[in-house]
Formats: sequence, C-alpha cells, structure tokens
Amino acid sequence: MNAFFAIARRDLARVFTGSGWALPLVFFLLVATLFPFAIGPDPTILGRVGGGALWTAALLAALLPIDRLIAPDRDAGVLDQYAVRGISEEVVAIAKISAHWIGFGPPLMLAALPASALLGMDAESLMRLELGLAMGSLGLAALAVTVAALVAGLPSGGALAGLLMLPLAVPILIFGAGALDELQRGAFFLLAASALLLLAIAPFATGAAIRIMRE
Amino acid sequence: MAAKLRLESLGCVRGDRALFTGLELALGAGDAALVTGPNGAGKTSLLRVIAGLLPAQSGTVEIEGALAFAGEQTALDREQPLERALLYWARLDAQDSAGVRAALDSMALGNIADVPVRMLSTGQAKRAALVRVIAGNADIWLLDEPSNGLDTDARARLEAAIAGHRAAGGIVIAATHQPLDMPDAVNLTIGEAA
Repeated sequence: MNAFFAIARRDLARVFTGSGWALPLVFFLLVATLFPFAIGPDPTILGRVGGGALWTAALLAALLPIDRLIAPDRDAGVLDQYAVRGISEEVVAIAKISAHWIGFGPPLMLAALPASALLGMDAESLMRLELGLAMGSLGLAALAVTVAALVAGLPSGGALAGLLMLPLAVPILIFGAGALDELQRGAFFLLAASALLLLAIAPFATGAAIRIMRE
Repeated sequence: MAAKLRLESLGCVRGDRALFTGLELALGAGDAALVTGPNGAGKTSLLRVIAGLLPAQSGTVEIEGALAFAGEQTALDREQPLERALLYWARLDAQDSAGVRAALDSMALGNIADVPVRMLSTGQAKRAALVRVIAGNADIWLLDEPSNGLDTDARARLEAAIAGHRAAGGIVIAATHQPLDMPDAVNLTIGEAA
C-alpha cells in the first residue's frame, strides 16, 4: 500500500511539473474550436453534433499521453527497480492508472466547459457530457495505461498505440455520445459498465505486458 | 540479518542461444562473488535472473534477504535534483534522508546533491546508482559493471563501500571487466567456451 501511494505520487508529480497534463487539454479545446469552422456557425446544427464531436475529441486526446506513461520508466530502469523490490506489476499498474486518471479526467472535464460553450451546447447537454466524461475518462485512462504498456519498447509504438486503443475505446464513445440523448436512459449504465470493464481488466493486462517486455 | 544466496544448476537461454548452464554458487553473510567473462557471455543476464527480472531456464535461485540491483540504467528521474531522486527510492526502501546523505558523501557526491540528474556525467551517474544501492540498506547487492566509468578515487570508494557492506553481513555479486578489489571473492567465470 505504501508502494502504491509512493508510485502514484511520483507519477502525479511528473505530470503536473511537466506540461504533460496540458497537452490533451489543449488538443481537446483545439478540436472544439475547429469544429464550428468546418460545420458552419448554425447554432442548431452545432448544438446537435457538438456533444458527439467532443466525445470524439476526448477519445483522441486520450491517445496523446500514451508515450509518456510506461516507456520512459521502462527505459530508465524504474520498472526493473520496482520488480527487484518485490512490488507486483499489478500494483504498479493500478498506481499508474490512478495517477494518470487524476492528471487526465478532471482537466478534461474542466476543458469541456469552454468547449461546450464554443459549440453552443445547452446546460442540460453539458451536464450529461460532464457526467459521461467523469465515467468515460476512467475507462480511457485505464485503457491508455494498458496500451502504453503493450507498445512500450516497440519501434513506432506511438502509431501502433492509436490502432490498438481506438477500437477498444469504441464502446465508451458509443455509450458516452448516446448518453447525451435524454431518451436513452440506459446509455449511462452501459457507459459505466464499459468503463468498469476496462478498469477491471487493465491492471492485469498491464502487469502481464510489463513482465513480458522485460525479456 | 542472515543473508543467503544459493544458485543450483542454474541455466539461462536468450533467444535460442544457451548463455550458461549448470551454474552453482552458494554465498553466506559477508561473502562476495566476482562474475567475469567475455562480452555477451551472459553476465548481465545472470544478475537479472538472480534479481528475478528474467526467468531461469533451468535450476533454482534461493534468496534470503532483500535485494538491491544496480544495472546499466540509473533509474533516477532526470529532471529532479540528485538527492531528491535518490530519496524516492530510499523512501520505498523504508530508509530516511540521513542515510541518503551519508551514502552521497561516501561516494563523494555530497557537493552535487542539488544538481539535476540529467546534468551528471557518465561516471557521476554510475556513482549515483551505487549511492541508491548503498542507501537502500538491502542485504544482497547485485552490481552490473559497477566500476565502469569510475575514476581511481571513486573505485576505491566503491571497494570501501563493498567491504563495509560485507563486514556488516551483506552479500555482494559484481559482474565486471574492470579490476575490482574484493578480498576472498568467489570467482565465477562464465562463457569461457565462446
């Protein structure tokens, strides 16, 4: 437990002392800014597609931090040092997922406020988007750490990460965007279920990936 | 502490090449082993197998006591000042800052404790990794090429640290090409056929 908090704290400190947390956020806002240029300024159309556009942006923003989640620690020998101390790979994975979510989820939800204003979304849709992002970002953070562990050490791992992550994140996108529609009440539950599923699998998949890449 | 390390008919395969087979070694408190052999003979792999980072192909590794491993990477945060980066590992090893301070001084790094890790030279980084091991207070030290890049003074300090660790009942296994003075160390030569 001690090791868990130490690892999570170190990862968090690394995200917030560097500019690691800002990159997905800026990207997310950039997409929200670009959208009205492409679609046109019609508020009814923007209001209708805005939520879906922001969910797509959130998915793509989740890809950006992948190359700094596992690979630097692997290259610096940090993961080896954890293993030598008998800290299990799963504990390392859970600590990394927790730290990554704190540096990714809340900033994204904060960025959704100005982004929704740019797209002219109403307060009701914004509430649904924020609630959805709170759950969805958990699943996305877990998935990002898993994919980061899978591609760490591979040549052109960054490109591969997108191909690996986006298909697996499709349920989050479908149910997240679906939950914006007030008639689809079940979407929230399905969104929570897909996020929890990713969250439950991630520590074991990440742990196994870390063990394999040592060979 | 009663540190113990025992290798029984240990074998390691990397890719489809057998690096070594039937390796035997038994070390008790205060013992040391010097692993030598040509490049690519499997010295690093042997240390990684002992550290549990690589699976053994055959044979067993028995360990009593905590391990500390100094490989080719320092595992220190490049952006952080040296002392803070070392403190992270010391805390994980349940040690305090006084131990880190003393270990820094023992490797003559006390005057650059505030310098970010990325500014260190090769030899200083190597010494920093050794400080991490010394401050960790583990029973068994696994040192991969510990004297690489060290000057004469630093090597003497390393030898003194190893002697002190053994006197306190610790075990040291060092794999190296460089001369390293460890009195009464078991000599383990691997890969002589190649």
